[in-house]
Amino acid sequence: MGSSADDGGRPRTALLALLPLTAPRDDVLNFVFLILLAITLAESWNIVAGYAGQVNLGHAAFFGLGALVTRMLWTEGAPVLLAMAAGAGTATLFALVIGVAAFRLRGAYFAIGTLALGEILRTTVGNVLPEISTLPAATIASYRLTQRFYLALGLAAVSVIAVAALATSRLGLGMRAIREDEEAAESSGVGALSLKLTALALSTALAGLAGGLFAYYHISYYPSHPFGPHWTFDALLMTFIGGVGTLQGPVLGAILYIVLKEYLALRWVDIHLLIFGALFVGIVLLLPGGLVQAAERARGVLGGARRAA
Amino acid sequence: MSVLAQQLLLGLLIGGLYGLAAAGLSLVFGVMRVLNVAHGELIMLGGYGAFWLAALFGVDPFASLVLVIPGSLLLGALLYWGLFGFVVRAHEETRIKNSLLIGFGLALALHALAVRLWTADERSIPTSYGGAVLSVGELSIPLVRLATLTLALVLIGALQLLLSRWRWGKAIRATAEDWQAALLTGIDIRRAYLLAFALGTALAGAAGTLVTVAYSVSPSIGLEWTLKALIVVVLAGLGSMLGTFVGGLVLGLAEAASAATFGGPYREIVGLVIFVVVLAVRPRGLFGR
Repeated sequence: MGSSADDGGRPRTALLALLPLTAPRDDVLNFVFLILLAITLAESWNIVAGYAGQVNLGHAAFFGLGALVTRMLWTEGAPVLLAMAAGAGTATLFALVIGVAAFRLRGAYFAIGTLALGEILRTTVGNVLPEISTLPAATIASYRLTQRFYLALGLAAVSVIAVAALATSRLGLGMRAIREDEEAAESSGVGALSLKLTALALSTALAGLAGGLFAYYHISYYPSHPFGPHWTFDALLMTFIGGVGTLQGPVLGAILYIVLKEYLALRWVDIHLLIFGALFVGIVLLLPGGLVQAAERARGVLGGARRAA
Repeated sequence: MSVLAQQLLLGLLIGGLYGLAAAGLSLVFGVMRVLNVAHGELIMLGGYGAFWLAALFGVDPFASLVLVIPGSLLLGALLYWGLFGFVVRAHEETRIKNSLLIGFGLALALHALAVRLWTADERSIPTSYGGAVLSVGELSIPLVRLATLTLALVLIGALQLLLSRWRWGKAIRATAEDWQAALLTGIDIRRAYLLAFALGTALAGAAGTLVTVAYSVSPSIGLEWTLKALIVVVLAGLGSMLGTFVGGLVLGLAEAASAATFGGPYREIVGLVIFVVVLAVRPRGLFGR
């Protein structure tokens, strides 16, 4: 990607906006919807893990909170965008409350601490709201897939733009300093806690919006489902395989992940987890920069060969 | 009153298995500073090992320990050579983080593999003595669960003996204490790491067998057991295997007490809450000895 993403990325995104007009098949729209939702989720996770270097294994909790609040308000009659904003706000507020405590933990302890928090929330929601949530018949009758599609497209674009802006900003620089060496960053004047909280707030706001989109999209699901740890694990896999801490990585990872997942599910349910689990282990051990790094290396080799020729 | 006592008794019985599950994780973390979040999946594999031995060859589940333990030992050695052996080269913080990620990928892959091999259904091993109950006053003690608790204690005692008497057991403990000093005194710490990981996996396999005998196994039990083991390790600290066993009993009792107080669906939460509270109180001294 690299420079080609900058000049070619925007027209391509613009083409996606025409998709409902040119190919109004529901299966195509649903498929692209899933990719867009995955991009939002992966990119939002990438902010905390990739830039600030904190592996948050409780990401599903914020996705779930966004879904929960959005679904409640929207089915009560609130406009969906307002409901989604409230969902994102709730997720962020919760993140700030637990973030102050959770960021006292370093490295892997933060990871398992957030995993435990996510599981507490999932179990509680499952216990309090055990009934499946289904949209009322009138809402189903007026259900329009294209609306969901455009919302997903907008949200994916917002999250990519947010990360792009972050990557080049002073804020993003501070976050990366924390990722590399927290003590050194602190001693050179970077306020580690407030920066980590900012990263978490941004990340969970996007996750909350993604959850709201999920609640707006799905006709029926168990309220505890969006709190399931697999949402976190998906985001983690997509981000790492694409390239953690890069702008394009999560997008690339999300596309590859959803395409392979949907394709492979036709013959063998969950085989994508076997493949991606193994791929992920290989990437952690051999290629910490993921596909983005692999592409850079390949380009370097090709460029070298071209110069030699 | 007797209902509560019965619930606490059942909590105590499963607590022994929590202790056994945590012992393997604690050994690996204490010695290698490697956090293997696929520990629950290793427990799951041990359970399916026993399930296969019973379903295909009619081996009694308790007798199958004789095969599952060496099999898990071998699996642990292979995982060390293939995966976790690469992580120990990094310094401590990177080591823990990378091991967490690798264990996580391994957990996903093993889960998917188990669904493929054994379907997502819950399996248990029916035995002729499965329903036997010992009545003590108003309490009824399921004999199979009592046997699993006893065996868990025996295995942990055997491990403790191994670590304190065997030459390589002492090497493992020395490496856990201070790997640089151990290296200086001529201990092959890579071999100590290998042994610790293999032993940890063997304990997971044994725990999985006992879980399947007394309860059931399914491909998705991994995360739950990893969390239980983590909670117990956080509660009990590192260093003493018997302490870990007691930690498991405490978690089992706490779960039973909370289920009795707040209702069954909340039994999973109490352990997680203990975990989060301990983390919040001792953010750095976690897993301290």
